[in-house]
Amino acid sequence: MEAKTWKNPVIAWIDDRLPVFSMMQAELVDYPTPKNLNYWWNFGSLAGIVLVIMIATGIMLAMQYTAHVDYAFESVERIMRDVNYGWLLRYLHTNGGSMFFIVVYIHFFRGMYYGSYRAPRELLWIIGVFILLAMMATSFMGYVLPWGQMSFWGATVITNLFSAIPLVGEAIVTWLWGGFSVDNPTLNRFFALHYLLPFIIFALVFVHLWALHVKKSNNPLGIDVKGPQDTLPFTPYYTIKDTFGLGVFMIVYLAFVFFAPDFFGEPDNYIKANPMQTPPHIVPEWYFLPYYAILRAITFDIWFVSAKLIGVILMFASILILLFLPWLDRSPVRSAKFRPIYKQLFWVFFADCIILGVVGGNAPEGAWVPIGQAATFYYFAHFLIIIPLLGKFEKTRTPPTSISAAVTHGGIGTKVKEAAE
Amino acid sequence: MANTVSTSPEHSGEGETRRDFLLIATSTVGVIGTALAVWPFIDSMNPAADTLALATTGVDISAIEDGQRITVVWRGKPVFIDHRTAAVIEAAESVPMEDLPDPEPDSARAEKPEWLVVVGVCTHLGCIPLGQKPSDPRGEFGGWFCPCHGSHYDTSGRIRKGPAPANLPVPPYEFVDDSTISIG
Ligand code: HEM
Ligand code: FES
Repeated sequence: MEAKTWKNPVIAWIDDRLPVFSMMQAELVDYPTPKNLNYWWNFGSLAGIVLVIMIATGIMLAMQYTAHVDYAFESVERIMRDVNYGWLLRYLHTNGGSMFFIVVYIHFFRGMYYGSYRAPRELLWIIGVFILLAMMATSFMGYVLPWGQMSFWGATVITNLFSAIPLVGEAIVTWLWGGFSVDNPTLNRFFALHYLLPFIIFALVFVHLWALHVKKSNNPLGIDVKGPQDTLPFTPYYTIKDTFGLGVFMIVYLAFVFFAPDFFGEPDNYIKANPMQTPPHIVPEWYFLPYYAILRAITFDIWFVSAKLIGVILMFASILILLFLPWLDRSPVRSAKFRPIYKQLFWVFFADCIILGVVGGNAPEGAWVPIGQAATFYYFAHFLIIIPLLGKFEKTRTPPTSISAAVTHGGIGTKVKEAAE
Repeated sequence: MANTVSTSPEHSGEGETRRDFLLIATSTVGVIGTALAVWPFIDSMNPAADTLALATTGVDISAIEDGQRITVVWRGKPVFIDHRTAAVIEAAESVPMEDLPDPEPDSARAEKPEWLVVVGVCTHLGCIPLGQKPSDPRGEFGGWFCPCHGSHYDTSGRIRKGPAPANLPVPPYEFVDDSTISIG
């Protein structure tokens, strides 16, 4: 890091003792960024902004919300009707949850397509998977807070998953509930954890970015940065591009908030929780549907292991398998641009995830059962069979020698480099 | 550092085993102590005394007619009470054990054959099975049907078909007199 001298004496004084300003200069302004990043690289910064929006709206909601089974539903209704702009805060928060998952899923598929998980960014990727897990826990518990029918029954079904664990399962479920069913102790602890986890996510995001800034961004070509001719300073080039992307994102997000605020919601959640009556069709939030389909795919016992336990194991495995992706893929190149077969199978995998989502949203009857089983099989086959085999047998194309060579068709960049030498 | 005596080579030999012993002993005590200190944090999340002390539920069954089913609340969960008819009892008793995923004779599940008392929580993922109201679907075996993922229970509350692994549990209960049972 170059020592920078600050003109403002106050800033200079602080920076000499705690170099926050030098750090911000190095990481947010001078930070060398590949000059060929496309719009798919906007989604990381978008995710960070959504997290901040979630925390800001969440804290304001928490000031009005009552975590008690007798008052929770009513307090959310009060937020909607009586609290000044309560409807806005709540709809920003509810739809923000869905937007968060859309943005993070795009961010994640971007990483899969361009091989961003490959060495040397394995740890960056793994931290990302942990962020996803923490997000899931957070939104699952947040969904319980309004104490509607879906809140209650979603919580019941998901916490009951742990009863599949042999021997200690029942004890774990009782411990999670703090009672013998989802009840007031459960609601209280979910609220405490729902408040805590976003700050843990914040810390994870910080480590994620730290790891990013050590090994720097990947890029659509998936090749390494060869020198300064391949990069641009983050500010102003990418700050302005990210801001533009933010504008587009806000149009979409606010269109939902103002014109279709219940689009992602379930009408049943406007009915207060009734522990004595299960709604006819329990569905989780849309972003959990693929995992829900995997959970229900197994309808038969294997040896002495119950179908229920296998379903639970597969559901957790479907996310944990991502942790191993950096080592399952042995292809000589990173980006799908130079992998003619992977490029197509990537989209097949994407379609498979969508199919799983559709299956998860339908009752497990008729054709949905075999479709769900086939899609579950393909999901795991993609990671355990297709990716390792492609790494061995796929004939990859040769990527350009450098980013600037590709951008300027072998022209300026190389000349600049020669001139520099 | 010059003034740290311990690690200099002259002091190795016998002293080292004593030092190792102390190190292992103190770290063991430290680890166990920490584990013991963590336990109250974990156990505080288990059901509290007032939750455990939930009173037993007394139910007056004199008004329940032959073939009628009622639901009562016990420990925050629904309990199904079925006043079974002779035909239903006969059907429940005649099922061969080989047909049952979780084999249990009907006689082991009902203290008095006319009264079946089971916890109305599906053993799959905890939904409440349908079948209490006359208009509800009762599944292929005439007992209860769980709409969540399609589990069928028979007239003894035993699982017959679907993803649930076990029969509807029978709660602890006793007949206080001919018209009252006490659950819990
Ligand atoms: C990672 C960030 C977060 C996510 C993904 C998230 C997600 C959610 C979701 C999905 C709901 C249910 C929405 C509904 O149907 O009403 C919810 C509700 C709630 N959240 Fe969050 N949340 C986040 C951060 C926070 C924070 C930091 C707080 C408080 C400090 C908070 C406080 C609340 C409250 C009080 C509710 C209940 C009110 C309501 O239902 O609108 N949230 N959250
Ligand atoms: S909860 Fe009853 S079948 Fe799944």
